[in-house]
Amino acid sequence: MGLESIEKLDRRWLFLLMGLLVLGPLIAPIGLPLTVSVPVQGFFDTVAKVPDGSTVLMSCDYDPASRPELVPMTKTAMHQLMDKNCKVVVTVLWPGGPGIVDQTLREVMRESYPAKKYGVDWVNLGYKAGNEAVMVVMGQGIANAFPEDYTSQSTTDYTKLPIMRGVRDYSSFPLLVNISAGYPGTKEWVQQVQSRFHLPMVSGCTAVSAPEYYPYLQSGQLQGLLGGMAGAAEYEKAYGHGLKGAATKGMDAQSLAHVFVAICILLGNVVQITRRPGGAA
Amino acid sequence: MKREIPLFITAAIGLYMILSFFVPHQFVSVPADFLQQCAIILVAFGYVLGGANALRVNFDTIYKRQSGWPYKAVLVAGLLTTLIIGLADGRNWQDETTRSMWIYNRLYSPMQATMFALLAFFIASAAFRAFRIRTVEAGLLAVAALIVMLGRVPVGNWATGFLPHWAQLGTVQEWIMNFPQNAAKRAILIGAALGVMATGLRVILGIERSYLSGED
Amino acid sequence: MSHDFGLWIAALLTLCIFSFLYKDNPFYKFAEHLFVGVSAGYYIVLNFWTVIMTNLWDPLVKAFSNPGTFSPQQGDYRALLLIPGILGLLLFTRLFGKIGWMSRWALAVIIGVYAGLKTTGFAQSDLVAQVQASLQPLWTGSLGQSISVILFTIGLICSLLFFFFSREHKGALGVASKIGVYFLMISFGAGYGYTVMSRVSLLIGRFQFLLEDWLGFK
Repeated sequence: MGLESIEKLDRRWLFLLMGLLVLGPLIAPIGLPLTVSVPVQGFFDTVAKVPDGSTVLMSCDYDPASRPELVPMTKTAMHQLMDKNCKVVVTVLWPGGPGIVDQTLREVMRESYPAKKYGVDWVNLGYKAGNEAVMVVMGQGIANAFPEDYTSQSTTDYTKLPIMRGVRDYSSFPLLVNISAGYPGTKEWVQQVQSRFHLPMVSGCTAVSAPEYYPYLQSGQLQGLLGGMAGAAEYEKAYGHGLKGAATKGMDAQSLAHVFVAICILLGNVVQITRRPGGAA
Repeated sequence: MKREIPLFITAAIGLYMILSFFVPHQFVSVPADFLQQCAIILVAFGYVLGGANALRVNFDTIYKRQSGWPYKAVLVAGLLTTLIIGLADGRNWQDETTRSMWIYNRLYSPMQATMFALLAFFIASAAFRAFRIRTVEAGLLAVAALIVMLGRVPVGNWATGFLPHWAQLGTVQEWIMNFPQNAAKRAILIGAALGVMATGLRVILGIERSYLSGED
Repeated sequence: MSHDFGLWIAALLTLCIFSFLYKDNPFYKFAEHLFVGVSAGYYIVLNFWTVIMTNLWDPLVKAFSNPGTFSPQQGDYRALLLIPGILGLLLFTRLFGKIGWMSRWALAVIIGVYAGLKTTGFAQSDLVAQVQASLQPLWTGSLGQSISVILFTIGLICSLLFFFFSREHKGALGVASKIGVYFLMISFGAGYGYTVMSRVSLLIGRFQFLLEDWLGFK
């Protein structure tokens, strides 16, 4: 295959190659070793330091498009919090999110914590429109923004939702765990809640957003950061307990795909340099 | 008055929201909370308006039999079916066994995820055909991209495992993210903050009026 | 292989969308338009039941059927909620050309609230806190770490100077902004690397669905 034919290669061959390189390791895993990075360790350690039995706020701001990156983070975070007998109050600020978030939480609780009860140990307050406005209203009262939960039960009816008895505003929580895919998400929680109400927070986000949150990590506004599927996989490793979630299973495919894209960049430039007028043809 | 009243409303509410950040007294915080509740409700109405507008535009296309009208009919059918089923399912429409959640789980969720998954293929194709290193700046971008791409995944450390820890791709990648990348991102963050503050004040003071739209 | 009819529908729609990779075709167009329609319908239903009914209608019904209709208090604004209710309905006047100007009042409320929230949010967390965090000691006790911190500070200052367009980038400002450009390129490269990771993750997720949920390959 000459350089000319490589240069004129139909992109559908690249699509096919990409598809095969991703599919292969999913069928036959390679088992490349994972290393837990410092931001991920920070996330894990911050959650581990939360007093056992306390009530934690978790905002799952994503939709089905970010499932592979953020659902594993949500599951592992729920595992870690439930192991500490923490109670979890969940909110959703993305319109496409409530269904997938509820399914994810119920799956974790059903499979791993069947003794834990909805409304007692955890509650899903569901979705609310309004982005930053919801965050600030929650600062005056969580029930003000969420008069009902995801199952349409009143959040001020403590017979049905006993967990809400101890929840007033942000002062009721020692930590905010934010799993977000974009806007509204980590940035808005930092701006409106962490800086205004001084609630410590950690963030799990898509890889696209992760680089822009490193300044927040360095300044201490975020105590930990999970970036993308790699972050989710490292978090699964940090958590341990034999958890081999979807993120860990996908890392071999991720590795091969990255190598492929790197080769594409290099090959594209080699072809261009060698085919330049005056260069070797 | 068609423009002046909205401008006054924006100015008054905007300034009040800024005041509420500094003054915790209930004379300020309670009205501010009410205004935020109003915003929540209005944004929800906005979503409903968006859906209604989509219906109106596509009905028009179908009625006039414009190009692609059969597909617009599919769009309208999908919208109306989801809407009617969602309203008919009632308050507990989000329960696991409702028809609305079947539509969410079997139609909305997989299609949305797949739309974004297509991008993986195009990013590989673009890397081959469009990523050209012609200047020093582009070269820096490419080197940083390669190091971060390979260092962030297990293959990076596996391939450079024989090197001392500080020279392994994972470590170099982390150093790039913590220092040079962080410096530039922080500069962008600070610059953007100044820009947003300036734009916010321009909107509140009525200098920026593009959100009003229309001629009158 | 799954026997769930709904799962087969999901898998077939997934393959319809993937067919775009070969070329644009009626199957892809059908799935694309169905997705847009279902999304729009879902968004209407979601916001109707979770916000309009819960945060507006129910409190209004409660306010008018109990004493204290016009006695609002924090978190319970009773009849005052008629204001956002009416403004919300006025938003729909946008669909009718002649009376569309009435929707501006609702827009003005939204714009005013968010302009105020964003101005203070950005000022506190993206300006003050970030500048504060940048004022760090240049000597940390370790030579390697100190060099990194000095590099960070130089990069931050030079990148900020790049965005100063009130003077032509010549002389010392020109050199500084050039260094700033180099740091910005490194950050864009890092961002590109993370973007690749994100996009590939989404593809891995779909393949996991097709292999595990649809074909039953575990």
